[in-house]
Parts: sequence; structure tokens; C-alpha cells
Amino acid sequence: MKYSVQIVGVGGQGVLLASMVLGTAAMRAGYDVMMSEVHGMAQRGGSVRSTLRFGDDVYSPLEATGAADLIMSFEPVETVRALPLGNRKSAVIMNLDPVLPGNVAAGFETYPEIGDLIKEVKKENDNVITIEATRIAIEAGKAVAANAVMIGAVAAVKSFPLDRELLKEVLLEKVPPKAKDLNAKAFDMGYDAMSKQ
Amino acid sequence: MVDLLSDSKQELLLGNEAITRGLFEAGVKFASTYPGTPSSEVGNLLEEIADKAGMYFEFSSNEKTAMEVSAAAASSGVRSFVFMKHVGLNVAADPLMTLTYAGVRAGMLVMSADDPSAHSSQNEQDNRYYATLALMPMVEPSNPQEAKDFIKEAYEISEKLGLPLLYRTTTRVNHARSVVKFGPLKTDTPALGHFEKDDPHFVNIPAFAVQNRVRLLEKNKLALQLSEESPLNRIEGSGNIGIITSGVAYCYVKEFVSDVSILKLGFTNPVPEKKIADFIRGKRFVIVAEELEPYLEDQVLRICAQNQLNVRVYGKRDGTLPREWEYSPDTMQRLRVLVKVKEPAVPMNKTQMQLPGRPPSLCAGCPHRGIYAATKKAVGKTPVVYCSDIGCYTLGVQPPFRTADFIICMGGGAGAAGGFAQATDQKPIAFIGDSTFFHAGVQPLTSALFNHHNIVMVILDNRTTAMTGHQPNPGTGRHFGGIDTDAVDIEGVVKGLGVQFVRTVDPYDVTDCVKVMKDAIDFDGVAVVISKCPCPLLLKKEKRLEKKVCVVNQDDCISCFTCVRMIACPALIKKGEKVEVDPNQCIGCGMCRNVCPKKCIEVRE
Repeated sequence: MKYSVQIVGVGGQGVLLASMVLGTAAMRAGYDVMMSEVHGMAQRGGSVRSTLRFGDDVYSPLEATGAADLIMSFEPVETVRALPLGNRKSAVIMNLDPVLPGNVAAGFETYPEIGDLIKEVKKENDNVITIEATRIAIEAGKAVAANAVMIGAVAAVKSFPLDRELLKEVLLEKVPPKAKDLNAKAFDMGYDAMSKQ
Repeated sequence: MVDLLSDSKQELLLGNEAITRGLFEAGVKFASTYPGTPSSEVGNLLEEIADKAGMYFEFSSNEKTAMEVSAAAASSGVRSFVFMKHVGLNVAADPLMTLTYAGVRAGMLVMSADDPSAHSSQNEQDNRYYATLALMPMVEPSNPQEAKDFIKEAYEISEKLGLPLLYRTTTRVNHARSVVKFGPLKTDTPALGHFEKDDPHFVNIPAFAVQNRVRLLEKNKLALQLSEESPLNRIEGSGNIGIITSGVAYCYVKEFVSDVSILKLGFTNPVPEKKIADFIRGKRFVIVAEELEPYLEDQVLRICAQNQLNVRVYGKRDGTLPREWEYSPDTMQRLRVLVKVKEPAVPMNKTQMQLPGRPPSLCAGCPHRGIYAATKKAVGKTPVVYCSDIGCYTLGVQPPFRTADFIICMGGGAGAAGGFAQATDQKPIAFIGDSTFFHAGVQPLTSALFNHHNIVMVILDNRTTAMTGHQPNPGTGRHFGGIDTDAVDIEGVVKGLGVQFVRTVDPYDVTDCVKVMKDAIDFDGVAVVISKCPCPLLLKKEKRLEKKVCVVNQDDCISCFTCVRMIACPALIKKGEKVEVDPNQCIGCGMCRNVCPKKCIEVRE
């Protein structure tokens, strides 16, 4: 068995934390794990990507173009940008909360309609599931838990090989003690939101 | 954070965390660096824990000094580790070239973290050639586990030879993360050494240097023997097609190519000549898979020639594999015509939609925005060359600032400014950071004074080494590892050199900065402006940022968009004919209020 996840988003959205949680859970499940992360210059508000590969006989820290089993995307435009990382059959989790690039904020470029971005993904992929992670996180208690919502959503992906309870356990180890309840609730709400679709 | 000093059995470690653990398992007691991605995390970790492990660690003012302090430790019998990014080794090359002549008395590793695809760098140089240039042994790990394990092996090699060893990694090793099994910590190495005087070795006057070179060449013969016998060079699989590989390229070959025999090289200078010849003999053909330059390939071709082996070698020289950019599983598809490669997937189509770009940019409230805005305004139509440097301020290359016309290396902007002053009729304005000023800025400033160059140097003093992850520098003083030092005062240094025009400004007061920059540009001679304001990211990290926020008074706003045009802060959002502030991003620095002609932006507590 081999499984690969491409986690995409914008610096500061929690891409690295999400990849740590998924990677640690894969290690606990006894799999080989190889990941590659973006540090340095690329973190200054730019697009960020983290690759996670786990399973048996995993050596490569990078995944082949089109070969991702799952694209976990924290941002709508970044989802569309990341499409070539996966194929028609890949699972795609698409968070619908936009982060406006500097040039959009300043009025030099425009941000596409979210509906058009969803259509664009659906044109290429049969398994896309959209989620409003921030709205759900606010419902759970606080916007910062959007990350936990996304991880909960991953746990609900049908083909995802790691156990829901294991993911939740690892997530709760990696958040500050005070935020455990919030994150647990957000995780469950993310899981439920995903299961309904 | 993972406890790298624990006796934990295994952890999910970043390559740089694994390397740090490796230092403790090898009993390293002295380490030095100048921060540079992809090596930076090692320094941040050592800043936290070196002291607990009984290791002395320092951020030196540049890589050359870092090399020299570690050389002294190893020459005194203390295992030392100096580390830097690839271009840092250019700065440290001078001491290194003669250090190998002198040799060392305890193990010394020089880690060069190369950056194929230049993720955070200005070039893609392949530092393996430094090993052949300096006549030193070299070890290359392929993944985080090896990155830790090979450290121990490398120290043994270094000590057997009495030579520093080049420990060469790349981004996809430093920033890969995988399960790493821990080994025991080594505790029996000394932290305190003694320097035994030995002029023929350590005093490289010509008479001794020529003898040292003979000794160095002898050591290289022994190194070749060690390489031939080393378990770091191993053969996997069998068959009549061979692939010779090293570094992260091995991982791609191993997982995506099948039915081949792999010679996996970890000890790559000197390469094991006999082992390579034996591997090639009888093969139908051989492929050399390595990132960047044909370093191994050229040696394989030479070994074929010397051994009269008539075996075809595929690689970069014949165009089979690329010489530019990092490799990936996709690169392996170029070998399809030769060997069995995993079937490629059918990727989703690249979108035809017009997507907004998302390049890295200066943060909301970044003080560099203020001084750039002011400089642009002060310059007006004056012909200038913006000489920039390596750091966050490099991001000034983007609109609306475009205040980076010439970037080559650290301190390079300041040096080039003197040349532009003499060779053109444009006024050079050189931007440099505080850490970079101490790294390589004092020397070009001195030279500009000496030669009466008409330049403006703007020192962007944000009180930290920001881009690489907020390391301290001489301008901040040192406060870790039980050592506390005073900050070196940049203004004092500049005045001490004899600069007549020195002004320190607050970049959040853009209006005042415009006036000062105008005076600086008009000044005949060397003018220095110090733009002093701490990095807000650092303040956030240290929980020292006072929470404030800017609010636009919409009734008074005349929609002139001066704030957006001048500062272009990501927290300022243009919505139709209005400007709004994103309170999540805004830090309430007030730069936008400062430039607002109607003063209709308010800073609220």
C-alpha cells in the first residue's frame, strides 16, 4: 500500500501543522513516511505546499505529477492551481475561504468568483468535496480551529487509510492544552460536514 | 517540538532536526554558523539546546568567521561542526582551502546545504566541487535517517584522515521529513581542548605550505582507500543495467525505477574508483543519476577510460538527464527508453483560468515598506540604481516598489554601488539588512569612503535576521547559551568609520523618511541612512507586539488610494471605490495613516 497527500494553501494557514498531524499518525500506524516541506522565502505570504507519502517501501519525498491520492487544499485559488498534482480519481478537499493575494487586495488583480473556481475543479475531478472550514470553526468556537476542521474532513475521505481516532489523538497532542476542546469539536464537525456530502 | 536529547526510539524528524540529533550522537562539542536556508533550522535548534548538551554554539558574523572558529576548535582537539547554505561556502572558501593543508586534530564537518531549484537562493551552484578543489573527503546523505547516521560515520572518516569533511546536503534532504530511529548519545568527547603549537602544520608560510600539500595528497590516497571500503557506498539489486546515484536522486531511482542494479554512493570524494570500475564491468550500459552538475558522471567517464571499459554512460553529458533544477519522480520518466520506470499518472489539466499570482511578499506592517515608499518618493525622477541584497528586503523587487535592480550576493549591493557611482551617471542607493551589514556590509562601506564614492547606503535595521527565521546578530546582542553580550551599535560603527552623513529614521514615519532620503541623495560622498524598526513577525513570535489596528474613516476618505499605491500593505484592501483594513492582518503600525493626505486613517488601541 502507498498513499500520497498534497497539502496546499497559503503561508500561515496551517499547512505545516496539518502535514505534521497526518505524518505522525501515519508513523504511529506503522508505515514508512516521507514528507517534504517548504521553508524560508516561500513562506512570506506565498503559495505553500507540503507533500506527504506513506505506506510500504516509501523512499521519495516528492510525488509524481498527477499521482496524489488526495489533494487537501486550504484555499480555493490554490486548489485550482494544484489540480495537475492529482488526477481525475484523486480525492479533493477544497476549503472555500479565500485568502486574498497582495495584488488582489491592492486592486491590481481580481479574485475569481468562488463558484467559478468550484466549477473549474469539478470539470476535472469527480470526487471534489467543498468545505467552509472557517465558518465551521467559528461555529465550533474560534476561526483558528479551521485547521482541525480540515483534518477532520480528511478523516472522512473514503479511501483514506488512517483511522479517525488516531488522527484526532495526534491532533490533540499537537495543539496547546487550552485549545484541546475547541480542536476536538472542530475536528468532529469537519468529519461530519464531509460525511454528509 | 521534539526533544532531540531524549532517548526516544524514533521520531518524525525534519532532515535538519535529524542532523542536529546526529551531532549529539557524534559527541560534537562546538558548532558555528551564519544562518542560510536550507540549513537555518539547525542553528535555531542549537540556539535552544546546545548548552544543555554541553556543546558551545554560536551564530558568527559571517560564514568565513564561522569556519575559522570551528577550525580552531577542531585544531585544538574538540569535535566541531560548521554549517551554512551553499553560497555561504563561497564566503568561507578562503579559510577552507588552506585549512585542509593544515589539517585538524579532532573531527570537523563542514555542512554545505545546497539548493537545487533555488527555492530560497540566488543560484544553484553544486558545492561538491569544493571537495575536489579543497582536496577534502565528502559525504552525501539521501534522506533524514542517513542525514543523522552519516554524521557519526563522517566524524570517524574526518579523524582517520585528520581533515575537515564536506557534509553535503540539498533542500530535499534538509527539508524532507521522515521516521528517524535514534541511536545512543556520545558523551566521551572533550568540550575543552588544548592547542599544541606545531608550526609546520598550522603556519602555512610558503616553505611549510608546499610540504603540507604533499601531505594532503597522501591523505587523499588514504581517503580513496576508505571510500573503497566504506559501507556508505553500496550496491543494491542486480542485473546488467547499472545506475550510479547519490543524494536525494537515489530516492527517486529506488522508488520509480525497477529491474536495475544501483550503486548508491554516500562517500563521494574521493569516489571509490575500483568499486565503480567493478560495478560497470560487464554491464550493458550505465546511467548516472545526480542533481545539478555531472560531478559523478565525469568521474565515471574518466574511470571507464582508465580501465578501458567500453560501456555506454547515460547522464547529463548526452542530454538524457537535465542539468538544471532539482530532480523529482517526474525526472525519472526521461529514463523510460532505457529502463523500466513506473507508469506516470494522467494529471488533471492545468487550468486556463486567469488566477491571481501569489508571490512571496513583504508582510503587513513590514517596516521595509515604509522606507521603500519614502525612497521612491524622494528619488522622483532622479536616475538611480537600486542595489539590493540578500534578505527579506529582496522582496522589494516587486511592484509597487521595484527597489531592487541589482542583486548578486550578501554585501554585493553595497559593493556594486561604488562601481555604479564611478561608471554611470546614476545615483546608486544600496539597501542592506542589519545582519547583512555585519556579514559583508562594513567592508564595501569602508571602500566607498576610501574612494569617495557618491552612494547612499540604507541599512534596514529590523533588529533580527528575519528571512531565515529570526536569528540574533551582532546588532541585537547575544542572549542564549549562558552568554549575554551588548548589541553592537550600527550608528556607532558607521560614524566610527568616518561617514559624515548618518541619519537614523523610523520607517513608519514615511513623511520624515522622504525628507531624510532627499538629503542623503543630494549629499556629496557616502551617506548612510539607518531605518530602524523591529520586524513585526519577531515581535509577534516574542509576544511583544502591542495589539493595534488601523481603521479608515470612510466619510473623509477621498478614494485617492495614495495608501494602497505607496505602501501596498496586504492589510489594505481596495473594495470598489473604498479602502478597507483587514483587521486580521493589520498590526496598527500607522504607515498608511502617515501617507494619507486627508489623515482619515485612525490607529486604534
